[in-house]
Amino acid sequence: MLNKYPLWKTLMVAMIVALGALYALPNIYGEAPAVQVSGLRGVEANAATLDTIKAQLQQNNLTFDSIALENGQVLTRFKNTEDQLKARDVLDDSLGNKFSVALNLTPNTPDWLASIGGTPMKLGLDLSGGVSFLMEVNMQAAINKAQEGMVSDFRGDLRNEKIRYRSVKETKDAVQVIFRKVEDLEAGESLLKKRYRDLLLTTDEDKLTLTAKMTDQKLKEVREYALQQNITIIRNRVNELGVAEPLVQRQGQKHIVIELPGVQDTAKAKEILNATATIEFRLVDTEGDLSQALNGRIPANAILLTDKDGKPTLLKKRVMLTGDHITDAKSGFDEYSRPEVNISLDSAGGSKMSSGTKSNIGQPMATVFIEYKATDRKDAEGNIIFEKVEEIISVATIQARLGKSFRITGAGSASEAHNLALLLRAGALIAPITIVEERTVGPTLGAENVRLGFEAIMMGFGLVFIFMMIYYRAFGVVANLALGANLILIVGIMSMIPGATLTLPGMAGIVLTVGMAVDANVLIFERIREEIREGKTIQQSIHQGYEAAISTIVDANITTLIAALILFAIGTGPVKGFAVTLSIGILTSMFTSVVVSRSIVNVVWGGKRLDKISI
Amino acid sequence: MELFRLKNTVNFMSYRKIAMVFSALLMIASVVSLATNKLNFGLDFTGGTLIEVGFPQAADLEMLRGVMSENGFDDAKVQFYGSSRDVVIRLGLRDDVKAEMLGNEVLDILQNATGDAVDMRRIEFVGASVGDELAEQGGLAMLTALICILIYVAFRFEWRFAVGSVVALFHDVLLTLGLFSVLQLEFDLTVLAAILAVIGYSLNDTIVVSDRIRENFRKIRESNAEEIINISLTQTLSRTFITSITTLLVLAALFFQGGALIHGFATALLFGVFVGTYSSIYVASLVALSLGISKEDLIPEVIEKEGADQEAMMP
Repeated sequence: MLNKYPLWKTLMVAMIVALGALYALPNIYGEAPAVQVSGLRGVEANAATLDTIKAQLQQNNLTFDSIALENGQVLTRFKNTEDQLKARDVLDDSLGNKFSVALNLTPNTPDWLASIGGTPMKLGLDLSGGVSFLMEVNMQAAINKAQEGMVSDFRGDLRNEKIRYRSVKETKDAVQVIFRKVEDLEAGESLLKKRYRDLLLTTDEDKLTLTAKMTDQKLKEVREYALQQNITIIRNRVNELGVAEPLVQRQGQKHIVIELPGVQDTAKAKEILNATATIEFRLVDTEGDLSQALNGRIPANAILLTDKDGKPTLLKKRVMLTGDHITDAKSGFDEYSRPEVNISLDSAGGSKMSSGTKSNIGQPMATVFIEYKATDRKDAEGNIIFEKVEEIISVATIQARLGKSFRITGAGSASEAHNLALLLRAGALIAPITIVEERTVGPTLGAENVRLGFEAIMMGFGLVFIFMMIYYRAFGVVANLALGANLILIVGIMSMIPGATLTLPGMAGIVLTVGMAVDANVLIFERIREEIREGKTIQQSIHQGYEAAISTIVDANITTLIAALILFAIGTGPVKGFAVTLSIGILTSMFTSVVVSRSIVNVVWGGKRLDKISI
Repeated sequence: MELFRLKNTVNFMSYRKIAMVFSALLMIASVVSLATNKLNFGLDFTGGTLIEVGFPQAADLEMLRGVMSENGFDDAKVQFYGSSRDVVIRLGLRDDVKAEMLGNEVLDILQNATGDAVDMRRIEFVGASVGDELAEQGGLAMLTALICILIYVAFRFEWRFAVGSVVALFHDVLLTLGLFSVLQLEFDLTVLAAILAVIGYSLNDTIVVSDRIRENFRKIRESNAEEIINISLTQTLSRTFITSITTLLVLAALFFQGGALIHGFATALLFGVFVGTYSSIYVASLVALSLGISKEDLIPEVIEKEGADQEAMMP
């Protein structure tokens, strides 16, 4: 029979729309003010932290809706922002610098909905307010640093093998070794060739020179490492900022995108991102009297530092090694499956470490983390004052004379060892980064953008709705229902895809989709009218109208999709948001205007004897 | 309701000379304007710093300009943005090391000068290298879009239609760029996005028309190409206008309701949809006709079953 879908097909279409509606649902529940407490530098929030927070809040007569420990963070929800702000101040004071306390908005999605993965759409920074930075990694510096490493490694290797050379120096993009004799040149070449497989060696026997260049593969590794390391460091620093849901992501070959929702004080954020952190190794002062030092009588050649739990230790003033000699640090397990951190140093660091530890076997050695933290104070010229914060992150006994690579055990759990490795790597920044782009949106503008975008969508939808109803009457209603289903599906899919964010241009994309989505229905309806005019029966006309229009609709939409995908590939931030909603809108509109509208038409008019139809 | 109840075929192609001259003139005017006036590139492309601030009452631009030049920002452009309470201050790129701190500095200056009455709405800083890269990428994106579409249309239809639709796209993009150049409207990333959307829209229109031309070439016997194009355009005229009306309706909503940030975007699309509608009637079919499209070119393609795509789309 013409224009009758089998029942399963109609039900399937209804189910898809219902599913879209289900996942679009979280967006209407809104968000509740919350405070998010997460650990810093390897500390994780646990049940004890949760109890502390509870006790602190009750002490200060602050009521909260709920409190929960999730993924090492404690999330407390409040009734209103007033309580939220008070709680933030209370917790910031009492939890100190071991935790970061951030304001957050958490969705009010009911549990049953959240348990099936229902979340509201993520809003872009132009709607939520906040700042985004684009940082560029100075790759030339990374390559120079790698070459510097090569120079000192070559010197060490040649000296160890007793091969005499005149000089080892960096040229523009290579390292050049000049020898005194041809025999030395040959011996040097065979030694270096064996040791460094990722270098291209060329020799010139007349000039007695050997030139070592990094292979493309090695250069790529150096760049990749510099980028990854910077991302790790920035993640660490961003956590210090106390921002809920920050985003740190690589973009292309040398850029890093940082998004900090809700941050208004961008000056502070920038200072922190540009701040430096480093590592030092010092011997523990075992002769000094700790209790006397605690009373203020610190020996002249010692300093008093504490670890993250506040336990004080007396350290020798002389620094054994600074963190810029660290080339790599990895966490792993030793032969007794205890967590350990493996550290690699450059040659200069290796020899320093070697001479420093030679006479101190059996002595404890401390690893100190140093960081310059931005404070709220400013100096006379308005620059933010930085405070030097030193903290002991581990104390370990020197088991043997240490060299270029060694390991630290006793750093605690596996995850703490992992964090220590991360911090050690962070201590030696190989390539400086600069901010090349910044976009800050204030909270008032963000809220205004949401309102304007929403109003534009509603107004556009309303105008099209009225127009279609007047122009196509009953079929106009069908098109409008399809359009409504389209909006629901766009919102549902946007909420389901984790990476999709709604931006102001994205909202414009939805508006545009509303206008263009009815096109498919216009095509179909015009075709139906034509067929009726040609004298076909109503049922035949409906059938023909849909059948004939489909290939046109698909062709027309695929080309728009091509444009949208290209936009997605090159766009960033808000523009990418536009490409996302446009692409989703094109796909859903094809489904709703062809399949959903057909289902409705079939259910209402299908299989009946009709002499007239309202189109 | 029906707006176009056309009994007879409209002889669109009889106006083709006028249309050709009209389009050619507009395109030349656009090229001339682009060459002389250039585009008023926004911050995204030029690099620099932009600070948008809100005031409780109408702002005094002269006072703000004075404050800015007193503090050594002689090159600052101070303008209203959207309303008289919104002010945008633009600064060019500087060689200062701390270029990224400029926005915060200016905000401090303004807050001091006005006694904290200003509300920070937005700060944007774009470094020189980023802008250059973006301009390059943007141009590349438009080119890639045109080439991909050319390939797709050539594959789905026939090369004459492909050339016709790409010429139409080029026409639409050029005229939209021309409009932005003549009126010196700011050309930023969202406008670039809008132009890519115009490409999508205009193509949508062109394909619907081309599709009907192809269908009629197969269906109607003994008719010359011009006649068939006229018939096809008449048949699709109603749809072309209704879709343009609904799209223009939503764009008007966006233009009047979307706020100042979206203005450029909405303007580009409003104009683009307008010329897109015109070009799908005149430019695309005219080019295909001039290239000598004929019945024979389209007949062997019948292998494809009409509506074959529908099965694949069903859930």
